[in-house]
Amino acid sequence: MSNVLAIARKELQSYFASPVAYVVIGFSAILFGWFFINLLYFFDRASMQAGMGLGGPEAVNVNEMLISPLFLNVSVILLFTLPLITMRTYAEEKRSGTIELLLTSPLTDLQIVMGKFLGGLVLYAGMLAVTLVHMGFLFWFGNPEWRPVATGYLGLLLMGGCFLSLGLFISSLTNNQIIAGMVTFAVFLLFWIINWISTFTGPTMQSVLNYLSITGHLSDFARGVIDTKHLVYYVSFIAFSLFLTVRAVDSERWRG
Amino acid sequence: MIEVQHLTKRYGPTTAVNDVSFRVERGEVLGFLGPNGAGKTTTMRVLTGYMPPSEGKAIVAGYDVSDQPLEAKRRTGYLPETPPLYPEMTVHEYLAFVARIKGVPRGERKARVGSVMDRTGVADMGNRHCGKLSKGYRQRVGLAQALLHNPEVLILDEPTAGLDPKHIIETRELIKQLGGDHTVILSTHILPEVSQTCQRVVIINKGRVVAVDTPDNLTSRLRGSETLYVEVDAPGADVETVLGAIPGVTQVAPGDTRGSFTGFEVNSEAGRDVRRQLASAIVTRGWGLLEIRPLRMSLEEVFLRLTTEETADPSAPEIASTHAEEATHE
Repeated sequence: MSNVLAIARKELQSYFASPVAYVVIGFSAILFGWFFINLLYFFDRASMQAGMGLGGPEAVNVNEMLISPLFLNVSVILLFTLPLITMRTYAEEKRSGTIELLLTSPLTDLQIVMGKFLGGLVLYAGMLAVTLVHMGFLFWFGNPEWRPVATGYLGLLLMGGCFLSLGLFISSLTNNQIIAGMVTFAVFLLFWIINWISTFTGPTMQSVLNYLSITGHLSDFARGVIDTKHLVYYVSFIAFSLFLTVRAVDSERWRG
Repeated sequence: MIEVQHLTKRYGPTTAVNDVSFRVERGEVLGFLGPNGAGKTTTMRVLTGYMPPSEGKAIVAGYDVSDQPLEAKRRTGYLPETPPLYPEMTVHEYLAFVARIKGVPRGERKARVGSVMDRTGVADMGNRHCGKLSKGYRQRVGLAQALLHNPEVLILDEPTAGLDPKHIIETRELIKQLGGDHTVILSTHILPEVSQTCQRVVIINKGRVVAVDTPDNLTSRLRGSETLYVEVDAPGADVETVLGAIPGVTQVAPGDTRGSFTGFEVNSEAGRDVRRQLASAIVTRGWGLLEIRPLRMSLEEVFLRLTTEETADPSAPEIASTHAEEATHE
């Protein structure tokens, strides 16, 4: 465990010693703020119309109309930012030769992979933590329910975990950061829109595609529901990606 | 301490290391010599557990690197060809990180980091970023990293590459000191380094071991023929034919000519001293014998003969191959 933490700490050190962490966190915060303001104006108008009896929704709920869509919008930000976090993890170590240090130290491949995953996850959690400021305003001026907010964050953390583990795997396949970043982005996008075609396929295919969609599993979390189905999906997605990463690192040794 | 048995490593169709076997005793410093692409780095990577062998096995500090990699790695320090530094970390942060992953106990880390920094001469570089270091300092931080957990076995891939002459001497001294307590394998292509620091040498070429011996033995034993340098003052005379006719002389090669003085390199059969015959042949013809001295084969020449198959000199390939055969049959 201490080995995993040592690697995770080193990863974080690298993120924060270079501008990567600041740029990723800072610009994600700008985008999040933009989504937040848009949804806030929309919510503001809707509640005003409802209050004046001008139609619109029957009941105005800050959780349903603001927080839940906001969480779904975050997945767009992740689509672009998380590849930037993961693309260097393995690719850079391989290019600069530092992978030789890790692979000749008394560490197991799993410890290295877990450490890198944990480091990325902590950075991502830091990115999410910034958004707590926006939530704070809502709790200050409004009266939202906290449970859907908590499950929403849990969902985001799990979804980000999927992206991170998948990105880690892709990074372990190449020693070129740009390739790692581009492929990761494309694969993320594919997992995001994989169910778009489902309206044209048969019912079986439709449910399969819907189940595969990473973002599709988030909506229940954003509504405040923790469904085991989604938990199983996210956790097994992460576990499988990390397993593939370990295998990829191991096979790299054999190929040299 | 280190035992390599019939080690073979293939990358797809190419065989980088082919049936290599050697042993290194405890406290010994072994030089690993070979031209570029001979398989030095590959062998070292197998020994450090970076990659598994295709065939054969490597035992380091009593542990098979394939079966008990963690135990072997715990006892091995490794300086790869390019020092594995993280450019964004300071030297201090970097060494602290390496100490953690090498399993140095928490309480000893600070002292260990301090002592290796002193030993490798990077003590005043602690707060510099690794990416900002000069090549020489990178190399030394790399060496510091290898020494951190006080390993029994040290594997150093070209430890003096990129250092300035003063640091080369310091590093060689350090390696010599490390031998005794540690078992060291170092690869290099600088031959004086081997004769200065190593007790034994393994020469490999094209993935095969061509010679294993002490540097002294290599230089003397591998001289299959005696070579003499003879300088003669004999204007216009056919010295070459006369010297070539002396029994025991196998080859006469004319060298530099300065005025009427001509130098010759005379090869003779191994173990046969032809100096007397040469001298009398020259003197009886009334020529001036200015100089006659044995040419001792340097380690460079041994190395070149063992590892080069194609040279400009048409007679060389034959010599090289017979020597290589002698060496492998040893």
